[in-house]
Amino acid sequence: MTAELGLAALWLAAALAALQVAMAALGLARGQAAPTAAVRPIAIVQGGLAALAMAALIALFLASDMSVRLVVENSHSAKPWLYKFAGAWGNHEGSMLLWVTILGLAGGAVAIFERRLPERTLIATLGAQAVIALGFYAFLLAASNPFARVSPAARDGLGLNPLLQDPGLAFHPPTLYIGYVGISVAFSFAVGALVTRDVGPVFAKAMRPWVLGAWIFLTLGITAGSYWAYYELGWGGWWFWDPVENASLMPWLAATALLHSVTVLATRDGLRAWTVMLAVVAFSMSMIGTFLVRSGILTSVHAFAVDPVRGRFILVLLALYTGGALALFAARIGTVRAGTTFTLVSREGGLVLNNLLLSVILGVVLIGTLYPLVAAEFGVQLSVGPPFFNAAAGPIALALMVAMAVGPLLRWRRDDAAALLDRMIWPIAAAGFTGAGLVALAPPGVMPLLGLSLAAGLAVASVLPVIGRNPWRTPLFTWGMVVAHLGIAVSLAGMACDSAYTAETLIAARVGQPVRVGPFTVRLDGIKPVIGDNWSALEARLSATRDDDTIVLRPQSRFFADPVTTTSESAIATFRDGQLYTVLGRPDGEGRWQLRLWWKPFVTLIWFGGGLIALGGLLSLVGRWRRERRAAVREAWA
Amino acid sequence: MRRLLLPLALLAAPALADPTTPPSALADTQLRDPAQEAQARALMTTLRCLVCQGQSIADSDASMAGDMRALVRSRIAAGERPAAIRTWLVERYGDYVSYDPPLGPATWPLWLAPVALLVVGALIARSSFRRRR
Amino acid sequence: MRRVLLWTPLVAFVIVLAVVASGLFRPADRTVRSALIGKSLPDVTLPAIAPGKPGLSNASLRHGGPRLLNIFGSWCIPCAAETPQLLRLKAMGVPIDGIAIRDTAPDLRDFLARYGDPYRAIGDDSQSRVQLALGSAGVPESFVIDGNGTIVLQHVGVIGADDVEAIAAAVRSAR
Repeated sequence: MTAELGLAALWLAAALAALQVAMAALGLARGQAAPTAAVRPIAIVQGGLAALAMAALIALFLASDMSVRLVVENSHSAKPWLYKFAGAWGNHEGSMLLWVTILGLAGGAVAIFERRLPERTLIATLGAQAVIALGFYAFLLAASNPFARVSPAARDGLGLNPLLQDPGLAFHPPTLYIGYVGISVAFSFAVGALVTRDVGPVFAKAMRPWVLGAWIFLTLGITAGSYWAYYELGWGGWWFWDPVENASLMPWLAATALLHSVTVLATRDGLRAWTVMLAVVAFSMSMIGTFLVRSGILTSVHAFAVDPVRGRFILVLLALYTGGALALFAARIGTVRAGTTFTLVSREGGLVLNNLLLSVILGVVLIGTLYPLVAAEFGVQLSVGPPFFNAAAGPIALALMVAMAVGPLLRWRRDDAAALLDRMIWPIAAAGFTGAGLVALAPPGVMPLLGLSLAAGLAVASVLPVIGRNPWRTPLFTWGMVVAHLGIAVSLAGMACDSAYTAETLIAARVGQPVRVGPFTVRLDGIKPVIGDNWSALEARLSATRDDDTIVLRPQSRFFADPVTTTSESAIATFRDGQLYTVLGRPDGEGRWQLRLWWKPFVTLIWFGGGLIALGGLLSLVGRWRRERRAAVREAWA
Repeated sequence: MRRLLLPLALLAAPALADPTTPPSALADTQLRDPAQEAQARALMTTLRCLVCQGQSIADSDASMAGDMRALVRSRIAAGERPAAIRTWLVERYGDYVSYDPPLGPATWPLWLAPVALLVVGALIARSSFRRRR
Repeated sequence: MRRVLLWTPLVAFVIVLAVVASGLFRPADRTVRSALIGKSLPDVTLPAIAPGKPGLSNASLRHGGPRLLNIFGSWCIPCAAETPQLLRLKAMGVPIDGIAIRDTAPDLRDFLARYGDPYRAIGDDSQSRVQLALGSAGVPESFVIDGNGTIVLQHVGVIGADDVEAIAAAVRSAR
């Protein structure tokens, strides 16, 4: 019964999405009042129905209804409830339904809360949103019905792959989808504004919270994913320029650029065409990212996920949505009034530079990621990896950091270069002092030296906007900017420390043999077998001593019997000044064990910085919301 | 995602059992000379593991990656230059083995891209600035 | 002019779309092939590992006439599956030399006793050195070598029943 209810809700939601498109089109074309008035309520109900379908699917998983194919194939009645719950989206059909649910709810939220935009633009926006949703509904209903029954019902499910039973599964996909959907809403706003030629500050203010929200979730997703790879892969690396990582980075870069250009549009009514273009690009990047991950066309650790059918579907949607939006852009933007222009030395100028550099990095990452495909077209097999990305994007990223230090210290409209230099005294001093100190005490390589000096300068520069101001009277969104920029400095410092000062010891050690790594002496106390749910392991006991403190780490070498697999489970000890990262390798046949030990000073700053960046986004979001509420109240009184 | 995917990638690999013999000592232990080890490490991070297809030999558990690390370290220890070792491998496996695409007829658009993008971007950005009078 | 420029994003997007679409609909061959085909065999000197069988040396490989050079390991299950085809090739008169990757003498003895022994000589490549020198990216792999010690063909992966004729023909024509 629940399954039929869910399916009915899904069909109804799809029908309403179609109706929403039709009504929006009718209302815009003829300017009639009735269809126009219908769009908002339809969007709200459509979102509610999608949520109902998702709730039905979750209920089926929680109840372990073994007459539903998806449950049979992906769940088991004996699983802990969290994995039953997460199992609802731990598969293709369920994840599509979750995506479209979040999309529907976002559309509903726009319909309920958006009061600033002119009615016509809002209708066009909701129409665009419904077009996107319709594509996904069509795919769900035509080719991947999550509610299909099996007859006769199975006795029990096949179970979720034990390797997927990780709390990360419960949170990772929803985080990503919220990010992607937020970007799709920004895209819809851009399309709506193009349709009615209403590109201006009001449009920017309506779009901004969605961009900010999406950006917060994308930031969290990348940060968590990077830490995940770091502790799981067992070699101490945290970023590999793998196609899948690039796929997550590209929408983030576009969203970051959009975040800044939207501020220019909202405050100074400039960068009109550019902001619209960025919204389209950001959405395309999230679709291309999804496509690269799901289709498996690039060699990555994801090679197992090759599924050309899903890939084809996403490709068709990508072509329709992005192609359509870009054609609309080309046809319409010429008739949109040009925005304000700026002087070079001004806050706007800084933000344009920010956008330029971010977009170039985005282009470099996109080209580098796809280049092996292009080369394959010409019969050349090649690899594009860290050496290319570091060489091509690294210097631009450092230039971006400089721009980031300078930008917030610039005044809007017009500023004076000499006065700016005056304001930059402290950051420049901090950078110079750090650089000189490092060269004198512990010279790192050139790039880490630049990175650490810049991080110091940027850290000082990023807090300057709130220095000397009453912290309680400083707007929350200014704090948001300060915290986010500080987060970048913190993260950059972590990256530079890791690359410059990591101590590595790879050794075959006997039991009882002390080994040095950085400031630690690590002793292999012994190896003992351990039994887990579906694995057995050899577990090393390592005692690590620094000064007079000793801690114990237990890295494992795990064996899975079915199928035969060996994995290394690293053991990491976190200190205030870094992490000790230990991995147990194989025996060398002569009574010794391979150990991989790293002392990584301040490596945790990388992810701590990521958290700060997301926190900064949150502060901005809340700050903007509070200011607009206050403005609305003031207007109501006036 | 990597956490889910890496083990799955291992599972999906054909049922090639691993060799039972222990890897060569240099696969997982460092060279005595820190300068040589740093050279070897820098080279290894830019060489592609041929059986895993998504990782460098410096961070792969595959046995063949271990053999390649041993090869790199022993050649460095014998005084060979990293560039020569890379060339030796490229002669055998083609450019695919190197994560550092060489500048050549097939790759100049790739290496030119950052500069070209910067120029195009600067031209686009110029239109948002007021002309000097 | 400006009108035309506005269409460039769409053009750029269509190019990107074409690239990814071609990657999807016409996936490129991802086999990692040796770049030594048509070139001379690198230096190969490997000690014997199986009792009563010689190892491999430059002299024996360069001047022993055309042959199949098979890279295998007793720990590799597909290699065991390949042995019947190798035995057929041997019966057709194709000389086969083996390179055992990271193997031990007892394991190899069991492997040959259980699945059959198509090899004329087996070299012990305990650190995969020769495998890397040949540009081979896995096991099993086979190379056809002509009478002058030039590599004329590489077969990546298991030699299936359908591949036997082609490989025998390649060895015959590699005089």
